[in-house]
Amino acid sequence: MLALPRPAAPARAGTARRLARNRSVVLGGIVLALIVLAGLLAPLLGTTDPAQIDPSYRNKVPGFERTVRTVGGEARFTHWMGTDSLGRDVYSRVVYGARVSLIIGVAVALLSVTIGLVIGVLAGYLRWLDSIVMRVMDGLMAVPAILLAIALVSLASAGLRTVIIAIVIPEIPRVVRLVRSVVLSIREEPYVEAAVALGAPTPLLLLRHVLPGTVPPLIVQGTYVCASAIVVEAILSFLGIGIPPQTPTWGNIMAEGRALFRVFPHNILFPSIFLSLTVLAVNILGDGLRDTLDPRMRKRL
Amino acid sequence: MGVVAVFVFLLVRLTTGDPAAIIAGDAATSQQVAEIRAKLGLERPIPQQFVIWLGNILTGDLGESFFFKKPVAELIVDRLEPTAALAVCTVLLAVAIAVPLGVTAAYRQGTWIDRFVMGLSVLGFSVPAFVIGYALIYVFAIQLGWLPVQGYQRLGEGFGGFIERLMLPSLTLSVIFVALIARITRTSVLEVLGADYVRTARAKGLGDLSVLLRHALRNAAVPIVTVIGLGIALLIGGVVVTESVFSIPGLGRLTVDAVLARDYPTVQAVVLLFSFAYVLINLLVDLSYTVLDPRIRY
Repeated sequence: MLALPRPAAPARAGTARRLARNRSVVLGGIVLALIVLAGLLAPLLGTTDPAQIDPSYRNKVPGFERTVRTVGGEARFTHWMGTDSLGRDVYSRVVYGARVSLIIGVAVALLSVTIGLVIGVLAGYLRWLDSIVMRVMDGLMAVPAILLAIALVSLASAGLRTVIIAIVIPEIPRVVRLVRSVVLSIREEPYVEAAVALGAPTPLLLLRHVLPGTVPPLIVQGTYVCASAIVVEAILSFLGIGIPPQTPTWGNIMAEGRALFRVFPHNILFPSIFLSLTVLAVNILGDGLRDTLDPRMRKRL
Repeated sequence: MGVVAVFVFLLVRLTTGDPAAIIAGDAATSQQVAEIRAKLGLERPIPQQFVIWLGNILTGDLGESFFFKKPVAELIVDRLEPTAALAVCTVLLAVAIAVPLGVTAAYRQGTWIDRFVMGLSVLGFSVPAFVIGYALIYVFAIQLGWLPVQGYQRLGEGFGGFIERLMLPSLTLSVIFVALIARITRTSVLEVLGADYVRTARAKGLGDLSVLLRHALRNAAVPIVTVIGLGIALLIGGVVVTESVFSIPGLGRLTVDAVLARDYPTVQAVVLLFSFAYVLINLLVDLSYTVLDPRIRY
């Protein structure tokens, strides 16, 4: 008897190899991995307490060395990135800031993709729901995303959860539209017709035949959502309406450095570099993923 | 727009705080709070409130700001000029930079110029506006001293100072726009360059420049104009940030101040106004298709 090759395994291995060969994916992935590591290992990277205020060491320039009394005697501590106007170590704050940005990026991406997927699949498959949902989505999309996030933030008390929700809501319509368009094209495919003819119940049909087709574009979209969420969080914090100021986030460090920017630009410089690098890495990763996973989307932008 | 109006209205009514209590302040008696509530019509049922609110908006009455104690309409008119100036300047600057870049990249597809422009475009998408703003301030205003650091001067007070103070903010804001437009220009010019009429034009012996401008760019114009319209959303978000970085007293700054002060009528009005501008501009973009491409008719 002829042994039929099992198609699933080789296809998956092929995708992995293609991803590993794509220069954008590798480059973006490495840079992002380094930043994730920095965020995770923040306490081990020679940082001090990022919230510790020290009035006698305010506004020190990068590379400033100070002597710290320890139990055994004296040790030297270097503020690689200087200190801010409250004497907090900028390096520690920047490294810890990676945590907030990454948490927000990942949380917003997962939430908006999940919610958008559910709404999009239902709207794409159930005709009567479609026009209602799409009108609401059009309405939401008519409000520019950052403005909507700002308006939403103003409604609740500032905090991580508020910021995440405020960024998720403007992103949902974009995901819904994407999912809906994919579902609309899949439902016309012969294999879906075949499944319907075989009497597959709707939930099973959606789960087994329609959902898998939405995964590649959603992974790509999720990466872009993650990048934009990191930027929006930084913007909100920078404007003073995001995460509470005592939490170290890149936006907060910059907001704090704003007043003395002309004299001590380092407060703005270092978080800017980290923020831009992270967003760039995520975007490059997204471009690479798009080229390997979803060649059809390449033409869109 | 109808959905937006309902949404913006609910946005504020769904909040936990009582607006009447906010206006009255901490020292007010419950008697005073009740009076204010009656004055604002807050004791009526929600649908009725919505109809009244919508009627007021349509007749130009945007309510009174809780925080500034002035009519919101007056506040907005006051702040309109800087924002409009910034937006117009940015779009002009962005188009002036991005279209030549995109056309060049398409024309020299695959060369280092192409890769450079595309790389710049990814970078432009990734670096947030306030980072660019501070970098520009540092280089051009602090180190070189060519331009003023921050602030705004009204057009009525002299054109030189007006442009001088608008240069850096517009440049800052145009970066993401340039990235967007350059990309789409490249893609659509590339598509057109493969068309038969371009080959015909070349066969006629027309020069490269003439082919690019008269035949390729003209036919590539519709997607470019579309993306400029869609980019207005980015522009509006950018305005809020840029005005804060450069201390420009415009609508963006007003939005942030209103949010910080929990001044809901102002937030409502600004969100509605910006959304209206966004929808209106995209309508104009749609209408412009018939001019750009006579084949399109409505």
